[in-house]
Amino acid sequence: MYQLHVNGEVHEVRDAWVGESLLFVLREHLGLMGSKGACEQGECGSCSVLVDDQVVCSCLTLAAAAVGQQILTIEGVAPVGSPSDVQQAFVDAGAVQCGFCTPGLIIAANALLERSPRPGEMEIREELSGNVCRCTGYGRIIDAVQRVAAARGGTAHDEAATRPAGGAR
Amino acid sequence: MSCLTPTVLSDALDALTIEPDALILAGGTDVMVEINMGHRRPTSVVAVNRIPELRSWSHDPATSTVRIGAAVTYAEVLDDPLADLLPALAQAARTVGSPQIRHTATVGGNVGTASPAGDGLPVLAALDAVIHLASNSGNRDVPFTEFVVAPKRTVRRSDELITAITVPVLRGWQGYSKVGVRNAMVIATATCCLAVDEANQSVRLALGSVGPVIIRATDAELFAASAVDFDARLVSDATVKEFAVMAAAASRPIDDHRSTAAYRRHAIGVLAGRLLRRAFPNV
Amino acid sequence: MSLVDIRRPSGRLGDNAVRPDGVAKAQGSFAFSGDLSADGFLWGATLRSPHPYARILSIDLSAAWKIDGVEAIVTADDVPGKLNYGLQVHDQPVFASDVVRYVGEPIAAVAADHPEVCRRALAAIVVEYEVLTPLIDPEAAIDGSHPAVHPDGNVIRHQRIICGDQSLVGEVVVEGTYELGMQDQAFLGLEAALALPGTGGRSVELYVATQWLHEDRRQIADCLGFRPEDVRLTLGGVGGAFGAREDISLQVHCCLLALRTSRPVRMAYSREESFLGHVHRHPAKIWMRHHATADGKLLRVESRMVFDGGAYASTSSAVMIKAVTHAQGPYKCDNATVDGWAVRTNNLPCGAMRGFGVVQACFAHEGQMDKLAAACGLDPVEIRLLNAMETGDKLITGQVVENVAPVARCIRETAALPLPDSPVGGFDGDPMRLPGGAGLTASRSDIRRGIGWGVSIKNLMYSEGFDDFSTARCRLADGVATLKFATAEVGQGFVTIAAQIARSVLGVDEVLLEPIDTTVGSAGSTSASRQTWMSGGAVHGVCCLVRDKMLAQVATGWDVPVERLVIDGAEIVDSAGALRIPVGEATAGLSFDETYEYHHKPTTDLDENGQGDCHTAFAFVAHRAVVDVDAELGLVKVVQIATAQDVGRALNPLSVLGQIEGGIAQGVGLAVMEEIIQTDGRVRNASFTDYLLPTMLDMPDVVATLIEEFDPIAPMGAKGVGEPPCISSTPAVVAAIRDAIGRDLSRVPVRPSDICL
Repeated sequence: MYQLHVNGEVHEVRDAWVGESLLFVLREHLGLMGSKGACEQGECGSCSVLVDDQVVCSCLTLAAAAVGQQILTIEGVAPVGSPSDVQQAFVDAGAVQCGFCTPGLIIAANALLERSPRPGEMEIREELSGNVCRCTGYGRIIDAVQRVAAARGGTAHDEAATRPAGGAR
Repeated sequence: MSCLTPTVLSDALDALTIEPDALILAGGTDVMVEINMGHRRPTSVVAVNRIPELRSWSHDPATSTVRIGAAVTYAEVLDDPLADLLPALAQAARTVGSPQIRHTATVGGNVGTASPAGDGLPVLAALDAVIHLASNSGNRDVPFTEFVVAPKRTVRRSDELITAITVPVLRGWQGYSKVGVRNAMVIATATCCLAVDEANQSVRLALGSVGPVIIRATDAELFAASAVDFDARLVSDATVKEFAVMAAAASRPIDDHRSTAAYRRHAIGVLAGRLLRRAFPNV
Repeated sequence: MSLVDIRRPSGRLGDNAVRPDGVAKAQGSFAFSGDLSADGFLWGATLRSPHPYARILSIDLSAAWKIDGVEAIVTADDVPGKLNYGLQVHDQPVFASDVVRYVGEPIAAVAADHPEVCRRALAAIVVEYEVLTPLIDPEAAIDGSHPAVHPDGNVIRHQRIICGDQSLVGEVVVEGTYELGMQDQAFLGLEAALALPGTGGRSVELYVATQWLHEDRRQIADCLGFRPEDVRLTLGGVGGAFGAREDISLQVHCCLLALRTSRPVRMAYSREESFLGHVHRHPAKIWMRHHATADGKLLRVESRMVFDGGAYASTSSAVMIKAVTHAQGPYKCDNATVDGWAVRTNNLPCGAMRGFGVVQACFAHEGQMDKLAAACGLDPVEIRLLNAMETGDKLITGQVVENVAPVARCIRETAALPLPDSPVGGFDGDPMRLPGGAGLTASRSDIRRGIGWGVSIKNLMYSEGFDDFSTARCRLADGVATLKFATAEVGQGFVTIAAQIARSVLGVDEVLLEPIDTTVGSAGSTSASRQTWMSGGAVHGVCCLVRDKMLAQVATGWDVPVERLVIDGAEIVDSAGALRIPVGEATAGLSFDETYEYHHKPTTDLDENGQGDCHTAFAFVAHRAVVDVDAELGLVKVVQIATAQDVGRALNPLSVLGQIEGGIAQGVGLAVMEEIIQTDGRVRNASFTDYLLPTMLDMPDVVATLIEEFDPIAPMGAKGVGEPPCISSTPAVVAAIRDAIGRDLSRVPVRPSDICL
């Protein structure tokens, strides 16, 4: 038995095998299904969580070795039904299709915007390059992050730079 | 079945003495893949990333070396002032996996896994880094080039822990190049590190992903040292061309699903030539 | 029964309404099929063949049964109904019993209380094989030099198209052979399901991520020996599909384990299993010879196409038919000789993936158009405009294109889009803008820029006489519309436009969506770019029925001729009088409940010469790619894709743009990195470490124009938009690489060694 600090609460993990990843423990022992697994080898980012404020792949984190560390999952970002500005921007910008990559991207985008409030496009691309999305082609995701940066900066959202490229209407 | 998270080195070494088969976990980005795939079933784990001396680094100007704790992450290598002291290692760090991987993957883990494709390893080879090993039966230092003996095999005994890597700080240009078919999260097809040691008027060249272990292209190094103008930073086109040929000849690549031996050998030549040109830009 | 409330993200047709499930997905509270569980559930897992072709001599389960925690082990002996399944022909065993025909073929399944116990149990099952020589080369399947690897034989289908003058020789003749590697759909949400056994073991309920609930149900019921009504399917949240969920994978296995143990069973594939466990895009080899006049007018196309279907048929027959019937591309052509083969090998089975055969044909015909342009002294745009198809043109199958066909406009408007305004490497010197990226492989001076074109035609919906339909039910009460359909929402956004349709037709603001399951009629598959047209047509049709009944009631109640009543926004309005009442008020106390089936016009089979009106409708698109190439290292950075796509009418422009950008990402992936590599039938790269998908750093800028010419044949004028983006984007990228390096490239994905060695 060991304890994990997840989203500000202490959780007891019982009957766990020592080799279980943090992703597995979050989902199967703690019932926190928001973190997703799509590769189990750190190549997709769907399982991204914060461990002591660093974005990491929970599939590559040994749960039993994360005792005493502060873990933040998608469930800890905002209460259900009250999305954060980043979450709402993803929805409004069309950055969500199947949505499987979205929780991991929200975690990574949050961390990026905390560290760098007005990231340039190349910075967004590099910092989110560990999060694979198969549906969107990333354009609307970049737009969503830029929308949040603009809104938080208190300046008008740059319509010309971020409007949907389809302009035939 | 246990998982220890020691915060002092002696506790970690005690654990390894008692249980030499324990799995040593640093960042976990290599071993967790093996566990998740069912290739490794640990019964006990010693996590070493909370031991302060493994988590820190120091610069000793007197000896012109940087001692990097084994559990220093690649994200930390990418940050100044470490990046400023070891620019080629920082360049390699930027190519390691993804931001998520760099936040946990460690230099010591990279060394311990000893994959021929380990992104940071050509830099350690080129700079003549030394690996520090500790155990309850004594400590020892092993030059990196002697540390790795075969793909994923090193001279580390199972009761030993990699505690740090000492990397000389050279005066002179140094750079790293990595070929992969994607611009992020890619296993290297071929890598090169070239470092100029102005003090000794030598050129170092290490090759990754093109042999069972990291290769020092010593013939090419000696040739370059004799053919370039260190003071004026000049190199002739013919020298660049010959250096590229010698670098490619030093590689011992194989065909696999990631590429072919022929392409890897070709790529090494191109990378080595371009690095030499960057080191000696003729300006 | 839970309803998805989509009141807040309102929007009518043409608006950028947001997804009703968007917030839940962004918060991690949306339940994907792999997130579902039930009290007392067991884990299921699958034992798979390590050999591409082998006879099974014996299967010994005794050691596995002894492992603590193992609750069930099932093999072919435990399949109560049909032993084989399949979408078109039933040639694929639920479990292999006598012969395994590809690496990864299921042999047994286990249920246990922990995934690790499942893993140990699978390892403890002893299967004795007699290894046979696998059939790897598709040509050996055609020429008969390899014994049949399946009772149905090694040729799945052969089809010729003979059209016009068979001896015509053009003044200009160009020829080429083109190859495509095996692409994976690589959806992120791995195959997963939860099966709940019914009482007495005579029924089962399955929550599963799929593209077509009713077709899954038919195959599951057949194999379980159940009546279809005893198998109830509910769509589990789907993490992308792209064709890979059209065939069943774990469905029957999961149900069998649940029925055997009388306990809920969860199955979830790993990524490696997913690569082995679903069908892929067909590798293909296509020879083409194009004949033209000296000034570039296309006269005749000759082609031979070979599609490697792998071990089982899946949809190989239909995929090959799409390829041969699209051999001419979006160009006028009166004469053709086309020979298509879909064959069986011991490679991984192939079937549906976005673009469905047309991706392969297009890569070849667009390579040919560039060769033709070069031979005639024209540029890539001129040759395509010169030959651009129009409404009323006849295809090489004899079918007349009745849809709007703005091919020339797609090309012109793509050409009018701005080229990248920055030089190679951009203005900021960020190495990530160069080929090689952070690998620091190149300097600006090492890079050459190239521009290339691709234009395509894609059929929409199913073909060859298939009675394709979709069903929708609508209830309207007190101003709230409730929609029910079985349309698989896989991420494409049908749930968004379904509500937009209801709001527009009925004048309501509030629309509720019922769960997507088999308690309503079939919606057909979420594939072939068909759901906006088919299920959109069904929702539109049923909403119109409800609207008409509602207007009739209002007409009676207010004594206004019904033909004068119209919906205007959220109100019912007398077009010739003063009456104007909100829909909610007009329907207070009233309720309507209608169900409607939408069928598209019938299609026909092809005759032995490949003639017939086999397709339903067509859409068109043009792509222009800009790439930067390090010719010495063979590394490519795709800089920009410009596109103008024929969409008929954009019901939700933001959603259409998402399809365009996402499809282009998959087209770029096929062009420069995505391939499942097999050696003698063994997969070498069944992981995301070695099967590379474009990341944010690999994805080019996309500039897009939507060509909106209302298609009178389409419900609401809207064409399907999902497939075209990934069809001609691939040849455009390859053409751009050819342009940059001045070398012929005939295979995708283009490998670094293809460029520089």
